[in-house]
Amino acid sequence: MYSVDGTSRKRFLSLMGASGAAALGALAAGCGSDDDDPERAVDDAAADVAIVNYALSLEFLELELYRRALDSDFFNGSERELMKTLADHEQQHVDALTAAIGKLGGRPAKRPQAKFDLGSRVTILKTAYRLENLGAAAYLGQVPRIRDRGVLEAAIAIHSVEARHAAALNALLDKDVTPTGAFAKPASMRQVLPVAQLFIAR
Amino acid sequence: MSRGVEAAVEVRAMTRSAFVLRGALAAGAAFGSATAAPFVRGALAQAGGGDVAVLNFALMLEYLETELYERAGRLALSSDVARLARELGAQEAEHVAALRAAVRQLGGRPERTPAFTFPMSDEKRFLSLAQSVEDVGVYAYNGAILALRSKELLGAAAGIGQVEARHAAAIRLARGMTVAPRAFDKTMTERQVRDAVRPLLED
Repeated sequence: MYSVDGTSRKRFLSLMGASGAAALGALAAGCGSDDDDPERAVDDAAADVAIVNYALSLEFLELELYRRALDSDFFNGSERELMKTLADHEQQHVDALTAAIGKLGGRPAKRPQAKFDLGSRVTILKTAYRLENLGAAAYLGQVPRIRDRGVLEAAIAIHSVEARHAAALNALLDKDVTPTGAFAKPASMRQVLPVAQLFIAR
Repeated sequence: MSRGVEAAVEVRAMTRSAFVLRGALAAGAAFGSATAAPFVRGALAQAGGGDVAVLNFALMLEYLETELYERAGRLALSSDVARLARELGAQEAEHVAALRAAVRQLGGRPERTPAFTFPMSDEKRFLSLAQSVEDVGVYAYNGAILALRSKELLGAAAGIGQVEARHAAAIRLARGMTVAPRAFDKTMTERQVRDAVRPLLED
């Protein structure tokens, strides 16, 4: 569908080795609108690498949050078990997305330097609630844009798990498990990246 | 049972046409279109006949879930679980309406609801059955997403599938179970889903 544009492909692939924060910032600039734009000649694999690296960056943030939550004294009993489960899942997501990028011939984004307010149990839960719901919306926004079948299969398998995670955190905070009702709302990179940036140290 | 579950699901009272439009808008929003019309045009342009079949299959599952929650309401349930059944059931009914409308918009005919039989005499059995049904629903939507040709419909199906995953989590929380059994949710083919739900279809 798109002509191969060597310049764009090189640009995306070189971005993918950048630090997490730089990669996310570059993605915001490089992805432009989420509409399919034939003017923007991007190699299919490079486009998928950009999407997967975007997902990878979000997973890195979630993983780091749960690691720090477990390091804190705030979580015991069943909540601690939940944090452990979530951390384990996010680690598996990181591994799978990293492998997917390798298969596409791209370079995985580096782990961003995360910054979280870890002052209390509620602060941590609220951050987790934000990130998981954001992540679910982000995956939903990207699923129709993914070209490679294998990448799509991985994204779908992760998307519904992120939704389960989000529901668990919503319930813990006495919020709706379905905050947008019967139909989940997708979020674009333009909507997600500024929020993700809040949790990345410069 | 977690207090959070009671307050968990927000019910929005909407007219039927609003359900349909909302469903179409939910799909349209993924592509930046502000109205349902581009979604319909886009979907018609891209969808093969296969897409109608996929949507009709998803519709069958939504009929099943709607009926499950409706019948659960007639059991002796705690107030928390009764409320959960009502609220999840209301959302499944919205899914039915949206899928029926989508099938019609594609020029297809929405299938009628099959007759179902649910072996559940009490709250415990209802919740156990609901968990299986919702989990299968997640796996079915994951399969449907892969089977759809139209990108717009894929986005719409994923938007419903995400909500099914949230439902599955809510039921699991009500049972004190882990919300996500695995880091990656399975994908089921239509055949696998039909096999899984066959015991619930009345012959």
